This record gives sequence, C-alpha cells and structure tokens, in this order.
Amino acid sequence: MKKLIAVFALLLFMFFGNAQEVTMDDAMKDNGKIYVVIAVMLTILAGLVLYLVRLDRKISKLEKNK
Amino acid sequence: MRKSWWKILGVLLLVYTFIAGLLIEVPRNPQLQETIRNLFFHVCMWFGMMILFIVSFVRAIMYLRTNKHIHDIASRQYAGVGILFGVLGYMTGAIWMSYTWIDSNKSVFNSFDTIAREPKLIGAAIALLVYAAYLVLRDSIQDMDKRARISAVYNIFAFAMLFPSIWIIPRLLDSLHPGGSEGNPALDPGSASAKMRLVFYPAIAGWTLIGVWIATLKIRMKILYEQKLSQ
Repeated sequence: MKKLIAVFALLLFMFFGNAQEVTMDDAMKDNGKIYVVIAVMLTILAGLVLYLVRLDRKISKLEKNK
Repeated sequence: MRKSWWKILGVLLLVYTFIAGLLIEVPRNPQLQETIRNLFFHVCMWFGMMILFIVSFVRAIMYLRTNKHIHDIASRQYAGVGILFGVLGYMTGAIWMSYTWIDSNKSVFNSFDTIAREPKLIGAAIALLVYAAYLVLRDSIQDMDKRARISAVYNIFAFAMLFPSIWIIPRLLDSLHPGGSEGNPALDPGSASAKMRLVFYPAIAGWTLIGVWIATLKIRMKILYEQKLSQ
C-alpha cells in the first residue's frame, strides 16, 4: 500500500512538475507600460522613414533636373 | 519618389513588427524569457543580410555577362547595405548574448572564454570580413573596367564563402546559439512557436524591403554622381 501511494505521489509530482509555470517578468505588460516602449520605437521608426522619404524625393528632383 | 508601393509595404510591415512583436504571446522559455522577442529584430538582420548579398551576387554575375556599368554599381551598393545589416546583426547578437549566454556564476568578462569559441560567431565574423575585403579590394583599383570586373569576380567568391562560414560549419558544431548541431536556427519548428512565425516572416520581409530601399537610393545617388563627374 505504501509503495502504491509513493508511486501515485511520484506520478502526481511529475504531472504537476511539468505543468509548473516558468516565471517571466510580466510587469510591463500588466501595467500597460509596454505601450510606452512601442510608442518610442514607432517614433524612431517614423523618423527614420521620414528621413528616407525626403532623401528619395531629393534624389528624384535631381534626376529630373538634368 | 519612384515605384513606391513596396516601400510603403516595407514600412507597414515594420510598424506591424514593432507593435505585434512586443505584444504577442511568446513561449515561456526559462532561459530566454522576454528576450525571445529579439527574434523579430536580431535574426531579421541576418536574413536581410543574406538576401541583400544574394542580390549583390546576382548583379555581379549580370555585370560579367553584359558588361553594363549599372550592374557593377548595384552590386557594390547591395553588398554595402548587406554588410551594414550584418554588423547590426552582430552588435544586437552581442547584446542579447551578454544576458542569456553568460555563466551566472561568473562575470560577463570571465564568461568570454566560452563565448569566444562559438562557431556561429567565428563563422559570421569570417563572412563579414570577407565582404569587408571586397570593399577594400574595390577601392584599391583605379581603372573603372578593371575594378568592376575584378570586384564582380571577388563578389562571387565572397558569396561562395557564405556557404561554409554561415550555412554549413556552424551547423555541424555544438553551440549555445540555436541551430547548432540540431538543425536550422529560427526556421526550426522547435525554436519559434506558430504565433511568433506570424510576426517573424513579415518582419523579415519588412526589414529586407527597407534594406533594398536604402540600396536603391545609394545606387541612384552614385549614378547621379558619376554623371556629374563625366559632364
């Protein structure tokens, strides 16, 4: 009987051992501050794209002029 | 602006990458944690680099077949942007590695002896240096036709060097980097979940399109510059 309980306990442990959650840092997502990071990244992307667009326009103008 | 639909597509894909890349559910990997999201940025740099190098290689062959100067300019500029992407990939990899590969019992500096032996790092460094030599070789030749022909031939050699240095040897050896002896980095189903793929593939396309955009701008600038010189 004792053996059976031990085996059962071991099985239970293995089952729940696998189901155990990996601890991750979810704080940024929980309090919504991750959106601030996204806003900053999108601003930088917008700035870089704007730079490329202006460069593209300038080159097109030069190509037309000659 | 010229032929702008793919430029807009590239920008939209990047906006999607930045938003979805930070918000989607990621696999809860105890070692990587949230840094797994670097897949959408660091890995895409290398994919962009490979695609740009392939374009450069094709243009080099086209130059050798047709002797048209435009292919030579294009080949040079695509290789330049490819090197930029590769250097960015290397730098982002260095940052990512300092937080996930280091032995927590040692300082970052003392973990360096194991990290420096990484076959992926050595292979990528060889590939980038071979391409850096391409730029040096090009600029050392004064005669325009000779420069174009020799650098086109060297470009083919540099592209061939990508096979052993990036695609074969690092994948045969054990490594801390994913896709060592167990298979392909990033494309392997075990290393990225299906949900991450929904962001990963658009991210590759977006970054590559931006790279192509920069390269076309540089090509057009170079053409204008040479026309000005010949006037």
